[in-house]
Amino acid sequence: MSGANELSILSIIISSLLLGIGLLFFIAGSMGMLRFPDSYSRLHAVTKADSLGLGSVVCGLMFYSNWWQNLLMLVVWLLVLASGTVSCQLLARFCKAKQDQL
Amino acid sequence: MSLLLFDALLCLLLLALALASMLSRQLTHAVILYVAFGLLMALAWARLAAPDLALAEAAIGAGLTGALCFTALARQGAPAAALKLSWQQRLWPALFVLLMLTGLLQALLQVPASAGPIPEMVMLNLADSGVTHPVTAVLLNFRSWDTLLELLVLLLALLGTLQIAPVPTQQTSWRLSRSWSELLAPLIILLAGYVLWAGASQPGGAFQAGALLAAGAVVLKLNQQLSWLGWQNIWIRLVVVAGLAVFSLVAVLAWLLPVPGVNVVWLRWPPDYAKYIILLIEVFATLSIALTLTLLVVSEQPATQLSLARENETGAGND
Amino acid sequence: MTELSATFIVFAFTAASLIAIGFYSFITGPEPLRRILALNIISAGIFMLMVVLAYRGYDDTAVSVGDPVLQALVLTGLVVAVSATAFALAMLARLEQQKPEQQKPEQNRVAKSQISRPEQ
Repeated sequence: MSGANELSILSIIISSLLLGIGLLFFIAGSMGMLRFPDSYSRLHAVTKADSLGLGSVVCGLMFYSNWWQNLLMLVVWLLVLASGTVSCQLLARFCKAKQDQL
Repeated sequence: MSLLLFDALLCLLLLALALASMLSRQLTHAVILYVAFGLLMALAWARLAAPDLALAEAAIGAGLTGALCFTALARQGAPAAALKLSWQQRLWPALFVLLMLTGLLQALLQVPASAGPIPEMVMLNLADSGVTHPVTAVLLNFRSWDTLLELLVLLLALLGTLQIAPVPTQQTSWRLSRSWSELLAPLIILLAGYVLWAGASQPGGAFQAGALLAAGAVVLKLNQQLSWLGWQNIWIRLVVVAGLAVFSLVAVLAWLLPVPGVNVVWLRWPPDYAKYIILLIEVFATLSIALTLTLLVVSEQPATQLSLARENETGAGND
Repeated sequence: MTELSATFIVFAFTAASLIAIGFYSFITGPEPLRRILALNIISAGIFMLMVVLAYRGYDDTAVSVGDPVLQALVLTGLVVAVSATAFALAMLARLEQQKPEQQKPEQNRVAKSQISRPEQ
């Protein structure tokens, strides 16, 4: 990574911190998906924690790239955010419909 | 070192997902794990310096195959009583597979470490191909036969599927997913157009753009949109065939009308016009691939037959 | 002649194992749908083998991608594989329909169609 040499110590620290926070959220979300008892709380854990984690990772990576790549990453994050929300809603509704059925 | 760690982790994950998908008790789990496997494969292609494949795999492996398998799952009713395999029935296949694996690995470790002369040959002739991206040059100029016959295979698969596709199960969709798919549609069209255009100089091209468009169209179709997109529509049929037709027509024209000073070779384009010829073929191939893949995944019978078949649903098994 | 890179060995081993896993499941897997999935895993392994062979020249030359001929072949193969899968699944679905009536899990099907009905 050639660009990393030009970064100041402060921005390296900040970006590593953000990346670390993002990974923590990912781990928490995955743990939640594996350990939580029912579908609703699992959905909650995965979609919310992972969206936030991805946002944090994107912010951390922004120190290493130019403005155009930053914009693209931001768009990717927004898309993931939106599709995560929609699929969470859909899955939750499906679970609800299934529950009502039984 | 850290890159090797990444490789090892990725490969372990791939193997674990494949194993879990194959050995899981329930088919539902198998399909879900397989879709996750497809997503990770896209990552593996990107790691192995094949971004074209990563683009195509992300749309095909994770999108279309997932839709296909879930549709198949929905059609499969309750699981049949699990067949219990005896240890002999497990042992002999395992031994056979182990034997094959050792043979394969031994062959692989004897492979020469350099790639041979072919990549350099492609690079040398790239200037005459009309595009600057080597994979696109191979697909649409140096080895056009592959692409032409591949379009034919796609068409054959579609025709076969339309012959035997069963009556689709009644589907309804939520308003939320419908409006979300409508929101995504223009974005996918924009992306597919970009991928197609970028294919001349960067990773991208007809296959990736077609797969992307198909993924978008499948999502819309599953949400009861695009009612005009079906085999009963004559224009759709024309566009499906257009990819193959335009390709063959251009090939014949390039063969019959030689440009002065250029050797005439079947399926090689004259360098001066190659760029436009490739673009023309790619546009039609993209549309054709997109529609074919969409129809393959949704595989719907014409509306008139559908309503007829639904009326005597109970007798549908006998026809 | 240089040594094979570690990346090559790791991915080649994975590709070969994927083929083996797919074959095993294709032989033993009881359900037809799982056999189709197994075929897909075999094809994924074969594609990976080809791409890893294409990757060999990537490290030491200035070429921007690996061997473009192999990659183009795999790209064609991906699309053909998905169309073959679709065809196989269509045949499977037709097979399910042809099953004798008493084996059909009718109640299950009714329940499913009711679940997927949305509240508008």
